[in-house]
Amino acid sequence: MPANPFNGYTDYGIGIGLRVPHYRHILAKKPVVDWFEIISENFMVDGGRPLEVLDAILEQYRVVQHGVAIYFGSADKFNREHLRRLKRLVKYTKTPWLSDHLCWGSVDGRYTHDLLPMPYTFAVARHTAEKIRAARDFLEVPICVENVSSYAEYHASEMTEWEFLTEVSELADCGILLDVNNIYVSSQNHNFNPYDYLNNIPHHRVGQMHIAGHSKFEKYILDTHDHPVLDPVWKMYAHAIKLIGPTATLLEWDDRIPSFDEVHNEALKANKFRDAQLAASTA
Amino acid sequence: MSNALFRPLTPRWGMQKRWTDGSAMADVASEFIKPNDRLSSFERLEIYNRQYWFRVLDCLYDDYPGLRAVVGERKFLKLARAYLARYPSDSYTLRDLGSRLEKFLHDEPNWSAPRQELALDMVRFEWAQVVAFDGPADEPITPDEILDTPPDKLKLRLQPYLSLLELDFEVDDFLIAIKKRDSDALRGEASNAMNAAPKAHRRRRRVRFPKRSKIHLAVHRHDNMLYYMRLDADAFAVLRLLGRGLTVEAACVEVVSQSARTEIDWPKQIKEWFDTWSTLGWFCRA
Repeated sequence: MPANPFNGYTDYGIGIGLRVPHYRHILAKKPVVDWFEIISENFMVDGGRPLEVLDAILEQYRVVQHGVAIYFGSADKFNREHLRRLKRLVKYTKTPWLSDHLCWGSVDGRYTHDLLPMPYTFAVARHTAEKIRAARDFLEVPICVENVSSYAEYHASEMTEWEFLTEVSELADCGILLDVNNIYVSSQNHNFNPYDYLNNIPHHRVGQMHIAGHSKFEKYILDTHDHPVLDPVWKMYAHAIKLIGPTATLLEWDDRIPSFDEVHNEALKANKFRDAQLAASTA
Repeated sequence: MSNALFRPLTPRWGMQKRWTDGSAMADVASEFIKPNDRLSSFERLEIYNRQYWFRVLDCLYDDYPGLRAVVGERKFLKLARAYLARYPSDSYTLRDLGSRLEKFLHDEPNWSAPRQELALDMVRFEWAQVVAFDGPADEPITPDEILDTPPDKLKLRLQPYLSLLELDFEVDDFLIAIKKRDSDALRGEASNAMNAAPKAHRRRRRVRFPKRSKIHLAVHRHDNMLYYMRLDADAFAVLRLLGRGLTVEAACVEVVSQSARTEIDWPKQIKEWFDTWSTLGWFCRA
């Protein structure tokens, strides 16, 4: 769904994550990029260089906020200071939608700084959906929740991950940031068919997609964001585009970051699949 | 699960084999984590336990190169593990992870022995840089506003991002030498994967430790670039008294009356100080 309530009825193309090693290149060369995704928490500061860079980026580019620390799935109440700062940034960037992860990561005020998988139960889905609704009401911006990659499953789970994602997004009436690479990583770690995942989520709720690279180890796959996108993930992306339509897509590259041009060119490979789908839908 | 994640790793970077009550960790993990055909419940939980520690240790490793150089690579990791066990992160941002290092090193000096004083100076200096990098800034007071108010009435507040440090070691020169030696490390941002232990045992060229010598530093930013400026003791004292709420006149009178320097044109000196500090935007309306 190119434009829908969950991405603020926008029709963004291919973006990349705004990362420190690229600041100088972007500010000096002003390359043509459809949009940048920023990590919200990196800019929820009081002053200094981060905000100066953000100002310069906002002058030239469309920006979408992506968070890593709301923790909709944590049992804790929201950190109100976090939400206040996030809202201030939302108003500043005018992000058309905001995303964060379907995970937990804090307990009793202690932060793991990780994106931890949740037990896929109906009770957890209700709790999580309530928090998403509350956050959206406070922040006054559409929210998309992202499926995380995971390395463990709980005995307590009552449904599959895609059923849980569906349950939460329906209860919260929120959008989905569909991370295709994360689905692939989890499918390999948990022995499920990733196409079952893609086929069985509410496609109309997908407001944005993520693609990224991962690393294979002997017994599991890790979501490292330090490689180009691998072929199985591109195939899944092509399938997802057929199901969902050419949706705003973002390449994540967070470690061993190569040149800006290399990252951008990798992201632009997604256009091949988007263009094919657009051609097919207009034929 | 969170208790397992926060639990320190073994010296070989693995999950501890025994739970807090002495029972086998494998049994504890299997109570709530499913195994698969390749990994046991223990191994799956261990991935997260390791990721937590790798991430937070990596963050301190990158943010405190000076402290690391003072205590040494191996000891730094032990210190960091003890610190994080005592003070787990209570902030949504890793920026704040080292905010209580000074208190920790003060309360538990054994972790930085035999260089406790140098370590304390260094961590104060490095935290001041975190504050200067992205701390809040208030509207600077204009030269006209300063000139329009009589010195005996004029109170000035210092910028919140400015830290004044009175230190016993020349940690500024030491840190410059360390940074020159080390290449800047880049930290991953949105990936939740940490697949490598912190760089625990890299061999690096040694930099001579700083000599004991009292210095006064202002750690600040200008045009959003980080700077540290040495001040002479009298200038430092004036700034500190202004920060404590004294009027400009009272601060200057107190410092001049207590200064050991005699061969000095005080009015000229004070004007130079205030010109520099005003230009740097250090003063706000009280």
